[in-house]
Amino acid sequence: MSSAALECALEVRGVWKYYGDFPALRDIAFRVIQGSTVALLGRNGAGKTTLLRILAGLSKPSRGSVTIHGANVREESTRRRIGVLGHGISLYDELSAFENLRLFSKLYGIENPAKRIDEMLERTDLTRVRDGLVREFSRGMRQRLAVARVFLHDPEVLLLDEPFTSLDDRAIGVLQSLLNEMHARGRTIVMSTHQLREALEAATHVAMLQRGQIVHAGERQQEMLDDTGWLYRTYGEN
Amino acid sequence: MYLRQVLTIAAKDLRAEWRTREAFNASFAFMVVILVLFSFAFDPGNSDISIPAIAGGMLWIAYSFAAALTLNRSFARELQNDCLDALLAAPILASALFFGKALANFALLMVMEIVSLGVFSLLYNVKVLAQIWSLLLVIVLGTWAMTVMGTMFSALTVNLRLRELMLPVMMYPFLVVPLSAAITLTSDLLNGISFGAENILWLKVLVFFDVLFTSLVVLLIDVVLVG
Repeated sequence: MSSAALECALEVRGVWKYYGDFPALRDIAFRVIQGSTVALLGRNGAGKTTLLRILAGLSKPSRGSVTIHGANVREESTRRRIGVLGHGISLYDELSAFENLRLFSKLYGIENPAKRIDEMLERTDLTRVRDGLVREFSRGMRQRLAVARVFLHDPEVLLLDEPFTSLDDRAIGVLQSLLNEMHARGRTIVMSTHQLREALEAATHVAMLQRGQIVHAGERQQEMLDDTGWLYRTYGEN
Repeated sequence: MYLRQVLTIAAKDLRAEWRTREAFNASFAFMVVILVLFSFAFDPGNSDISIPAIAGGMLWIAYSFAAALTLNRSFARELQNDCLDALLAAPILASALFFGKALANFALLMVMEIVSLGVFSLLYNVKVLAQIWSLLLVIVLGTWAMTVMGTMFSALTVNLRLRELMLPVMMYPFLVVPLSAAITLTSDLLNGISFGAENILWLKVLVFFDVLFTSLVVLLIDVVLVG
């Protein structure tokens, strides 16, 4: 395998997704180099969530393929390397914080799970409610626990769908610090978002979706940070 | 590893059910109500009616109605907080996820059915202990058939608005033959007729459908869950 192939963390080849006759995604193709942080931008209905679900293996493309580190995303060994944060917190209300994380640590085959769980609970400032049921948690606590779940198995590729939406300030702080740490360790991050400021500050690359097509993909430019509306004015519709 | 994943999912479902008892309370109460209602239709004190002869039908109608209630909750529980996405993103086979849920459902249904068998015995004065091991074998085989098909249709209908209606509509046609076998065998056993030449075919039918349904699910569950 060439060194170039080794560096490719994620590759999308000619992906189409139809809902009935409606093409939600049209011929999407791009590569994400290992260690990149990609901000997936676009207006509501552009296809960001559909694309992220396909990248995460939660939905199959109608045409095309997705590989993560060269392997099919639905393979067990590939899924072990991915962390997915969707719109929901993906936690069980009837289980405690510790039981929720223990469930996922068992599914991911994490060694020494109790130590790792306690570490993540501490990072997200939830140690004092370790044995409390999730249904009794405040919204902010639930969101921080969801963040802990995603980072629990130390994924190599993170797929985050609107990660900052509806997070409280504390949870945003926790998530940003974990994302910075992941980026510093050469992990790959793809996140869709409407929070342009937070996303562009963290991103190394930007991809913009419009009506199911990528209309711009490339490195983040300084203009994007100076004026967050620039991207939509330059590449988007009115 | 596979078995560990199955048991992890089953333990999670049983723990969540133990904390809420949503499915158990509703299904068990429903099962008992059906058995009591039958006593109004078929007076247990009327000597013209042979209760053991119709006992199989009464029991399995109650079992299958209650099963639809329990099985409906199986995948619907995963919709809350989008938990199904996290399970599908985890490195486990779809069949391990399925069998974990099926195992939890099977355990719940077995507990309900055994307790309501006792209730039935008291209400209708039917002796169930004489052939209890054979009876338990039939209940295990019949319940597994219901569980496997019901859990699969629970996964298939989980995103439908009318899933409470759709699950029984889709599940019962598949269960006609195994339920007929279970009803015949249960009635025979409660009439004091042991397994033998005249009813062994029904036992084989029950085993055949258990194997068939289980194999079908292994083949189809990935498509059902991920599309």
